[in-house]
Amino acid sequence: MTIQFNDETFRDDYSFFNSERAIKRFPFPFHEDSYMYSVNMEQHRGGPVDSIYEKRFDVDEHYVAEMRDRALVLADDPLRCQSLPHMTLAGWDLLELIMVTKSEDYPDLFKLHRDGNKWRWVNKPLGIDDKFVFLDETTLPYGPMEYITRQAQGDFCVLDQRDDNLWMDAGMVTTQADWSLDFDIGMNFFEWHAPVPLAHEKGIFVRALKFLLNIQQGAPARRLNWTMTVNPLLDTSPENYHKWGIQKTTLTPKNIGAKQHLRVELQTFFRLPRSNGLVFPIRCYLCSFQDIMTVPKWGRRLHRVIRDLPEELATYKGFIDNRPMMLEYLKNFDDGLPTSLGIWPEIDTEPKLQK
Amino acid sequence: MSKFTFPESIKSRPVYGTLAMRDGPAHLLVADGHGAEAILDVATPIMMTKAHIIYLPKGEKFANRLRSLNPISFYSGPSYSAATSRLVKVLSDAKMGLQVYLAGTEGLIGQAQNAAMEAGIPHNAIQTEHRGSIARRMQCVHCKGITEDVEIDPFICEHCGLSLFVRDHYSRRLAAYQGVCIDAEDPGNIPKSKGIYE
Repeated sequence: MTIQFNDETFRDDYSFFNSERAIKRFPFPFHEDSYMYSVNMEQHRGGPVDSIYEKRFDVDEHYVAEMRDRALVLADDPLRCQSLPHMTLAGWDLLELIMVTKSEDYPDLFKLHRDGNKWRWVNKPLGIDDKFVFLDETTLPYGPMEYITRQAQGDFCVLDQRDDNLWMDAGMVTTQADWSLDFDIGMNFFEWHAPVPLAHEKGIFVRALKFLLNIQQGAPARRLNWTMTVNPLLDTSPENYHKWGIQKTTLTPKNIGAKQHLRVELQTFFRLPRSNGLVFPIRCYLCSFQDIMTVPKWGRRLHRVIRDLPEELATYKGFIDNRPMMLEYLKNFDDGLPTSLGIWPEIDTEPKLQK
Repeated sequence: MSKFTFPESIKSRPVYGTLAMRDGPAHLLVADGHGAEAILDVATPIMMTKAHIIYLPKGEKFANRLRSLNPISFYSGPSYSAATSRLVKVLSDAKMGLQVYLAGTEGLIGQAQNAAMEAGIPHNAIQTEHRGSIARRMQCVHCKGITEDVEIDPFICEHCGLSLFVRDHYSRRLAAYQGVCIDAEDPGNIPKSKGIYE
């Protein structure tokens, strides 16, 4: 289908919005009425038509506005995009993966013409038409990773694989849930996850690493992760935390439905062919509480999950202070009826709110 | 001086051991302050015939005792910054098999480890032993400035002036812990500082 790109902002006046279509395809991250960490990994082999799982790299109505926001973040802080010297080949791998995939999955938006190493890339939504020589950095305006990730939604961590570990050796990180690429670059899998509570003790990272080390070319994997954000702010970086942290205190019982957003990350994992690296795109989807509440199943479930979440997790995810106000709001959308398993909205089969 | 036992922490936080002599064609020993005592403990006459010692006294009086170990080369300098070009030269001149021993404060160990890593030595092949001050080298995540020798939490970033809390999250590449604004969600509400491990 043709995508209408929103003219919207993720800062200042926050004109970001989700269309009805975007709400229905929002990746609601809870498949049951409670939540705990797990290695919730599955193959990334498509999904229901028009769902965010259907294409390998989902392009949606926020594409153009998100790329505009990324350019603003980078102009303000170039350290959000870094690549250690040995990662350039992996950057080319990533460029190829995204160009080939997007031109196959969205032929009306992206075109790739290849004649040996002479490539021409056409990105219609962003008005780009560039010719360059594949594997020749001097023919692109940026390094290969930066060039292509300025044109792809979501953050990208490019991981080197060695010593039976994964190393965060390159990345484009402008829409992160409060972690710093500049600080974490060069760390291994356990080190960059060090601040996460509870999951180490549960053996989550040992098992997740084992899974990731074995991802094969052409067989990508995926999982969902989530947190909470006040206002549709993409750049919730630690770098700018002293500027945006205060926004958490602007919630009131009146504005919470519009201001409080559930922030969901679609994390995917692709093996890169030449470098044997792994690319780990982290795609951020935002949805306001009031939009989520238009789906009765999600309304019931979100209340139960937030109510029963262990304190450590609510603290780590940064909403412990606002949890009571969230529950005051969310309980109005929970009538106690059972919910069906799975993340899908099921608007036609689930009962309407009985309140 | 007795050794400080650091509390259990997260997986990015460095863990220090006790220096032990390893066979090698050359030995590079770098220390500050009370780190000298770790060198005095590990040094043997044979080791010293192939040793280069770089020492930053920081007000401590161990330089003469270290010098009297008779290493091939001995340097005592006023600061890490002053010693850096010498350290980098020694590392770049080094042959395969150089043994590296670092002792003293976390800031010294971290920076010297980073220099050795830049020279191609894997971080887990470098021996470290903590001695002396438990102060940390902190990076302000906001302005990126480094504040050396931080002993209290929270502390004031000496570059941008924000009050930062001291995290255990550590970057080998920066040789620093992360400092994050403590009153972002409640401006002006800054708890009284106390010692990092109090």
